[in-house]
Amino acid sequence: MECCKRGDTLFFDTPPIIQGFAAVGGKKESEGPLKDHFDLLFEDNTLGEETWEKAESALQRYCIEQLLKKTDCSMDGVDYVLAGDLQNQCTASAYTLRGLDVQFLGLYGACSTMTEGIGVAASLLAGGMANRIVALASSHFCAAERQFRTPLEYGGKRTPTAQWTVTGAGAVMLCRQGSGVAVNAVTFGRVRDFQVTDITNMGAAMAPAAAETILRYFQDSGKSPEQFDGIYTGDLGDVGSQLLLELLHQNGLDIQNHFDCGTMIYDMQTQQVQAGGSGCGCSASVLAGKLLPELQAGVKKRILMLSTGALMSTTSVLQGESIPGIAHLVELVSPKEGER
Amino acid sequence: MKRLSKQQYDEMTKQASPKSKPLQNCLWAFGVGGAICLVGEVLRQLYLSAGLEKDIASLAVSGSLILLSGIFTALGWYHRLAVHAGAGTLVPITGFANAVVSPAIEFKCEGLVTGVGAKMFVIAGPVIVYGVLASEIYGLIYYFMQKMM
Repeated sequence: MECCKRGDTLFFDTPPIIQGFAAVGGKKESEGPLKDHFDLLFEDNTLGEETWEKAESALQRYCIEQLLKKTDCSMDGVDYVLAGDLQNQCTASAYTLRGLDVQFLGLYGACSTMTEGIGVAASLLAGGMANRIVALASSHFCAAERQFRTPLEYGGKRTPTAQWTVTGAGAVMLCRQGSGVAVNAVTFGRVRDFQVTDITNMGAAMAPAAAETILRYFQDSGKSPEQFDGIYTGDLGDVGSQLLLELLHQNGLDIQNHFDCGTMIYDMQTQQVQAGGSGCGCSASVLAGKLLPELQAGVKKRILMLSTGALMSTTSVLQGESIPGIAHLVELVSPKEGER
Repeated sequence: MKRLSKQQYDEMTKQASPKSKPLQNCLWAFGVGGAICLVGEVLRQLYLSAGLEKDIASLAVSGSLILLSGIFTALGWYHRLAVHAGAGTLVPITGFANAVVSPAIEFKCEGLVTGVGAKMFVIAGPVIVYGVLASEIYGLIYYFMQKMM
């Protein structure tokens, strides 16, 4: 298997394949426009657990179960699980993997974890270091809220730029070869910090990183945006999306086919999510629930997917630090691309 | 990518960010905040007519509102109202009670000492610290002014 690195982008001559995918979600997601795209939805966000943290691990567990069922695989055939979440020290993933006897790499890329996982998995596969890898990411509104903001029952008003952490998880099974959606290229992001300190405006903090990665991908690949059915970002929300388009425009790239998972997963008019959804589970579940099935079916032929992360902590924000952003990109191609 | 100065990006962000709706927010705050105060006044009149002394009645009103806020918080109603009411539910004494009860509920799973006990004042604590400090400074100023006169 050959691959090469041009600029910041890895190109795979024999691209690793996404063989299967699964998405699970919580209550608010079950009321959103993508409700029919999830494999499992939970009306009760506790998932029958005592704590929100355990509930998030349960989400991941159900997601992996669905993935194994759909791909007709067992964990015995999986070389590595690459997983991440938003909890301190990535505990949701660690506690999920406690119950699975498989080699585990914990990833922390904040909300960029899903494409970070797919990118690392694709690189390992393309390098011949594994045959089968699961990439997994999750977030839980209640676990994130109590860690990063205020207690759930605290009566506060959300600002119009704030975003709503998605309760959901997405998992994909990547293989060295086979049939399925191909991971043609990966651009790992660079940290970009435009000095945004407003913790309730994450979209603004992440937009520069997304712009940087997109610009680098197009420079490295020589492709143009029109060659794709969509350029999807993870959770920039309304505000971040607008800023992304402006930043790209300033750098001479105009894209007409940008979509953001954060504004797709909820009904922006009625669900009171302010600027849109966020969290690792946002891009993970939209990718695994909607975009990958559409690529698999050939409804979409070729897309760019970027999960976007805000790399601050509660401590760094209190110390007055600005919010660094990151965005990792994967180029995904439908198995039916040749039929275009 | 071209680098932007903090000011340039701040300006772009400001343009892209939707504004709060001050009129709508003020009306909600006025309506709900006023309603909470009205409940307080109705309770005061009830306590007075039940024969309580004036200052005892006021204390009883505060206690009752705190209790009601605690119950509403525990039932998950208070934050639903606060989403619309904003300062209307934040400013009255019920907001303070909510700020104490909500972390107490939230961090119950981390134990009675390290969870409930330690985290109960995580929001209200600074208000108490600086409230007490401000009242002491006020007291000192008042004391010396009286001496001088």
